[in-house]
Amino acid sequence: MTLQVYIARRVLLLLPTLFGITLITFVVSHAMPVDPVVAFIGDKAAGNPEIVQAFREKWGLDKSLPQQYLAYVRNLLRGDLGVSLRSQRAVLESIKDHFPATIELATASALISGVLGISLGIVAAIWRDSFLDQILRVFSLFGTSTPVFWLALTAITIFYGKLGWAPPPGRLDVLLTAPAGPSGSYILDSLLHRDFAVFIDAVKHLLLPSIVLASYALGLITRVTRSAVLDAMDEDYVRTARAKGLTERAVVYIHVLRNALIPVITVVGLVYGGLMEGAVLTETIFSWPGMGRYAYQAASDLDFPAIMGVTLAISVIYVITNLIVDILYGFIDPRIRVT
Amino acid sequence: MTEGVSDKTTYNNKSRVGRREPSSRFRRWQFVRDFMIAVRYTLASTISVLVIVGWLCTVVAAPVLVPGDPTSQDLDARLSAPSISHPFGTDQLGRDVLTRVLYGGRTSIPLGIGVVTVAAVLGTLIGSVAGYMGGAIDEVLMRIADAVLSFPSIVLAMALAAALGPGLSHSMVAIVFVWWPRYSRLMRGMVLSVKQKEFVVGARAVGASEKRIIMYHIWPNAFPPVLINATLDIGRGIMMGAWLGFLGLGAVPPTPEWGSMVASGAKVFQQWWVSTFPSLAILSIVLSLNILGDTIRDLNDPRTRTLRGMRTRE
Repeated sequence: MTLQVYIARRVLLLLPTLFGITLITFVVSHAMPVDPVVAFIGDKAAGNPEIVQAFREKWGLDKSLPQQYLAYVRNLLRGDLGVSLRSQRAVLESIKDHFPATIELATASALISGVLGISLGIVAAIWRDSFLDQILRVFSLFGTSTPVFWLALTAITIFYGKLGWAPPPGRLDVLLTAPAGPSGSYILDSLLHRDFAVFIDAVKHLLLPSIVLASYALGLITRVTRSAVLDAMDEDYVRTARAKGLTERAVVYIHVLRNALIPVITVVGLVYGGLMEGAVLTETIFSWPGMGRYAYQAASDLDFPAIMGVTLAISVIYVITNLIVDILYGFIDPRIRVT
Repeated sequence: MTEGVSDKTTYNNKSRVGRREPSSRFRRWQFVRDFMIAVRYTLASTISVLVIVGWLCTVVAAPVLVPGDPTSQDLDARLSAPSISHPFGTDQLGRDVLTRVLYGGRTSIPLGIGVVTVAAVLGTLIGSVAGYMGGAIDEVLMRIADAVLSFPSIVLAMALAAALGPGLSHSMVAIVFVWWPRYSRLMRGMVLSVKQKEFVVGARAVGASEKRIIMYHIWPNAFPPVLINATLDIGRGIMMGAWLGFLGLGAVPPTPEWGSMVASGAKVFQQWWVSTFPSLAILSIVLSLNILGDTIRDLNDPRTRTLRGMRTRE
């Protein structure tokens, strides 16, 4: 199978998944024990018969369930995710505003946890069953087992409150203006505009939340790297390399790592999607204006249109990340394309 | 390959492929033995087991072990620092944090065990049906599972818990809804592979009924991996419950629950003890479960399994 066919197949497989996602969000929004009219337009507007009538027509509430689902999908395709009860803004607009901040945070965390996790995993595998391996096992599991919200609170208190090393929560100092850039990522945009004061401040603000978020993913990456390296060390070509007299260092660098990194890259990609989960809590505590914080605010205000919109948006990102990982996998390992 | 040959050549990897299927009764005890080996395997796993047992005792016997009431308030002693009378200090309402942390285990730990049990039972049933029936039923069930799996679990659970309204049982429903697919996928895979084994074909050949084949031949052999996975997931269940509790979508006050205790402690973070001790409680049990799980996983994987303290199977 050529790479093109492989990619096309992956993209086509996305369709049933997307169908399933919309179906589930639809079911969830219809299964709740409260009146959907009140939940979606709020108490005040529900008192006005005209607004209620318009809402019923738009979402097809007076029709059968399958027709309601069709109306739902039709509105989605038009980019209409409903209007937030709290801000009275279109949910899609809010999501567009919050999207770059989350991507910036998740990318930084994926980089930190990827680099650190892969190194620690290799060390643990090479010295397997040593005392060091045990220490690393506990250390890497520590990150995943610590409640992220408490870690974030503690990090803020110590590094901002006590030591003053970190800036206060937020994306940028209040005195600086955000760069008006194409990407929405403050770091990329400030570099594009050669605004180095903003760049340095943005990096400083990003550092602490991304380290906290990275600790959550670190454990998984370390463990997967460790077992991938151990697997690769078991292979016949490693035995051959040793037999022909290569030094242990050459065996590890040339033969083991290159083969072990294939599954590891996949996991780093998957973790990137998983970081969306941790982002809900990290962003909330660091006042990071991303999708996770938006989701949390929506949930705590019981702002139903916003909750459903952001759930849909995050899961679509999640699915697309998985797709990219799949495609990358096909690039790296030609054997994958066959199956 | 005959039975005799495979018994004598355990050192040869290739001979294991054709070895005789162990009987289901033997399999079941294998896991208990593996577990015992894992417990003794490293210092960390031994400590983990002690911590887990300690928490389980607390859950069962909290009213006997812990003096005082987790909801009794003493407004004169609000936010007092750890001392001899209050080893973990008190919270905003003057409630003893130690008592609340210990009682909090009675909410959080059963919640973790409960959601994993329900999700595993549900997932196992759906997975067995999908694997055994095959065809269109299998296709439909697995596509639904895939769709649920493509949601980040905390986000979907948050949306569900928000839709149902805050409350312990609602957050449990939300977590179960998000989690059953992972077990049904595993169970389906196991059923599919066991279904083709010689002993199932043999049972059918000697005229065993479908019910008997499912109950006595497929189930006992397909279920243990699901059971192990579910046990290892309890830590994640506890963590997920704490997350929802922290977000205000879990237990309703004044029920002591770790996540919501951290959330209320976050408002007075200068009084570090209010939020730190419940967090350490979460950390202690989740870390212990994770270390134990990681060790068992390691021992179960023939490629990462080492020889120290562990004979190769059979």
